[in-house]
Amino acid sequence: MTLLEPDTLDALAEAVTDAALAGEPVEVLGGGALRGFGRPVNAPRSLSTRRLNRIHFYEPDELVISLEAGVALDAVSEALATSGQQLAFEPPNLSRLLGGEGVRTIGGVIAANLSGPRRLQAGAARDHLLGFVAVNGRGEVIKSGGRVVKNVTGYDLSKLIAGSWGTLAVISTVTLKVLPRPETAATLLVPGLEAGGAVRLFARALAAPLDVTAAAWLPATLAGPWASGPVAALRLEGLSLSVAERLDLIAGLAEGAPTARLEAGETQALWSAIRDAAPLAEPRDRAIWRISVPPTTGPGVLTALPGAIGYLDWAGGLVWLSVEDAGDSGAAALRAHIAHSGGHATLVRASAESRAALEPFQPLPAPLAALTARVKDAFDPLRVLNPGRLYREL
Amino acid sequence: MRAMPLEPETIARKAQIAQALRRLIARESVIEDEVGLKPYESDALTAYQQPPLLVALPSTTAEVSSILKYCHAEGVKVVPRGAGTSLSGGALGLADGITLGLAKLNRILKIDYDNRCVVAQPGVTNLAITQAVQADGFYYAPDPSSQIACTIGGNVAENSGGVHCLKYGMTTNNVLGIEMVLMTGEVIRLGGAHLDAGGYDLLGLMIGSEGLLGVVTEVTVRILPRPTHVRAMLLGFASCETGGNCVAQVIGAGIIPAGMEMMDHLSTNAAEDFIHAGYPRDVDALLIVELDGPESEVAETMARIRAIAEGCGAICIHESTSDEERLRFWAGRKAAFPALGSISPDYYCMDGTIPRRRLPEVLGRIEEMSGQYGLRVANVFHAGDGNLHPLILYDANQPGQLDKAEAFGDEILRLCVEVGGVLTGEHGVGVEKRDLMGAMFNETDLDQQMRVKCAFDPKHLLNPGKVFPQLKRCAELGRVHVHRGQTRFPELPRF
Repeated sequence: MTLLEPDTLDALAEAVTDAALAGEPVEVLGGGALRGFGRPVNAPRSLSTRRLNRIHFYEPDELVISLEAGVALDAVSEALATSGQQLAFEPPNLSRLLGGEGVRTIGGVIAANLSGPRRLQAGAARDHLLGFVAVNGRGEVIKSGGRVVKNVTGYDLSKLIAGSWGTLAVISTVTLKVLPRPETAATLLVPGLEAGGAVRLFARALAAPLDVTAAAWLPATLAGPWASGPVAALRLEGLSLSVAERLDLIAGLAEGAPTARLEAGETQALWSAIRDAAPLAEPRDRAIWRISVPPTTGPGVLTALPGAIGYLDWAGGLVWLSVEDAGDSGAAALRAHIAHSGGHATLVRASAESRAALEPFQPLPAPLAALTARVKDAFDPLRVLNPGRLYREL
Repeated sequence: MRAMPLEPETIARKAQIAQALRRLIARESVIEDEVGLKPYESDALTAYQQPPLLVALPSTTAEVSSILKYCHAEGVKVVPRGAGTSLSGGALGLADGITLGLAKLNRILKIDYDNRCVVAQPGVTNLAITQAVQADGFYYAPDPSSQIACTIGGNVAENSGGVHCLKYGMTTNNVLGIEMVLMTGEVIRLGGAHLDAGGYDLLGLMIGSEGLLGVVTEVTVRILPRPTHVRAMLLGFASCETGGNCVAQVIGAGIIPAGMEMMDHLSTNAAEDFIHAGYPRDVDALLIVELDGPESEVAETMARIRAIAEGCGAICIHESTSDEERLRFWAGRKAAFPALGSISPDYYCMDGTIPRRRLPEVLGRIEEMSGQYGLRVANVFHAGDGNLHPLILYDANQPGQLDKAEAFGDEILRLCVEVGGVLTGEHGVGVEKRDLMGAMFNETDLDQQMRVKCAFDPKHLLNPGKVFPQLKRCAELGRVHVHRGQTRFPELPRF
């Protein structure tokens, strides 16, 4: 196994060109923090972008930062915090869930299109990617997008690169939209609600102009630090006075159920846990699913597999499930369950054997799978980059 | 604009193609007479006109599929078209191709308040979506100025924006799913009422692809609850520089207004003459700032903006005290284009985006160019997101003025790219900016985009002649050559 760690764009292009000429596939990595997520790659070379770690520029007044793929996510957050800003899509920290020591990089977050609870209100990682520079599987440097928010010049390849798991091109630079951190945040807890009731409450709250920035539900077994039974949680952010007023209005939607409030510090702890799937991190030998569905169908997914334990984020639209890591870990039953209403189920954590044997990412219908393969070939015709990472045949 | 080569064989087969299409859709849905084709000869970029060979107006996804399948087999080019409000010639007809009008696919299929989405056919207008849900307190956020006429299918093709995209995003941030038909006739669904893609984000790729990758036959959009309180402020400045500085300070203070527009002296006065919005006339830059949200948040934010504006040397500050007044503030901005049309026989609207801080410099250079070309220019600016609309005033009846206006426009767009911006913020490349793509992308970048096109439409039959300055054959693009030593790009901007 050869580990390549280029520290310039030229060296990165050189490394991919070299692999393409040798016909040797490459495992593409940032810091390796997501190595345990999805299908493992079996390749003779590894290519890490972690030494591409410069911040090109950060202009708070323009709400934009441009940086190399290998910059540690913590360093990005620190840089933005100095100007009271943040990545609004709330990238999750799956290190505890996945185990391993790998450093999380901005390139990895974008390549996986990972977004947290604020996804519901602020959009996904892909919505914040304004432009990129990358090296495709031919070893060519390509760029798309730019540094401005409003741009329709040419195809929006940024969307395609976000969430492509390094299978189309190796990202060298990303330019991201950043946003101000809210002045304060608070959470309304509604204890005692079952999942169905919680999702109905979320629908009422999100139909009102209250600007809810996160809505989640935890069952009694996972609500530990916050409630003695199941609990629904809604987060509000903004100016203090307005947050207080809106908390009252949301409490009024709970139809007389008792409510409790979390101030800023506790709010941070609760939503970090929900963001990072922390309630399901232990026990470590269970398989973890992350399922995106229409919000009203979330509660049904929770009970689709016998023995599953799980919780809801995105107002019901994101289901995290923990199941026994045996057989297909419920893949067939789960995917059959969501087939009608639409959505996708991703096996986030399982033993390497399970992840290699199963399709951790939602299989695609035939015409879409064929189109996906043609898009792959448009970037990486020799199938050099992360073969099998996303789908066995890709 | 360089002309693309024509296919005389296709033109010669017009009657045969019309007959074949009439077997696939209702007879009267195929238009081939000169009078009937006339309305399809241009879109809102009327400087370019070309009646299509034929027009086909399918009523269902199945009909769209059968037409595309036929055209794919027969090698006939297809131009998809919604309401034809494109400002970049995206729906310009082809003498050797059919225009596929989607106006008959005009039903809202589903309103789902619990999952906060609407499913609509592509011919539904942007505004009709909001109208369908507004009684229940919802709306669809992207609001291009043509929203009473433009269709949601066209919005998807162009990734349309509007004055509120600073806070609420463009079309791409508000569409959850589509059904589309590939050139082969295959029907594909991407996304749905859930969030994010399984697999590659082909939905994100489709949005803004200008009808080159597939024909959208159904769109799922997210809807939002309408804010309880909306107020606007007018801030006047003695120079564009101080106005621009105020915009930067507002955003630097952590405030993201729902909309933030700037107008220069000429456009402010033209709008005031035209509609009497109550604008101050003695300003060089007028800002309209709109805030929405809970009452206390709006009030507090307005107080903060007022303080910032005073600190920046604003020479006048008005806050709307009623919704009528707020709408009057906007009426002037919304009438800016027709107002300028009333003081000049013709105008040519540009659409570059720049990093906001370069605004004073860019406006200064545009002023200089205006002198060189001998054509007046008015500037209207989506100040919050840096999207600049210079309107070049000219008279098409004066020989040479259109060419001059176009050359002036090209120079403005090259300037936008030079300062770190882009050719088009919301109007699209179409035919208008096609030949300027090289100012922003090198050959490798463009080849990569064309290879994506080849994955969807290897025969280049869907909307050819748009976006790309030169069409390379997919077989040529698909050849794999990997060369060492061609990987150094010293000129590459590290943006």
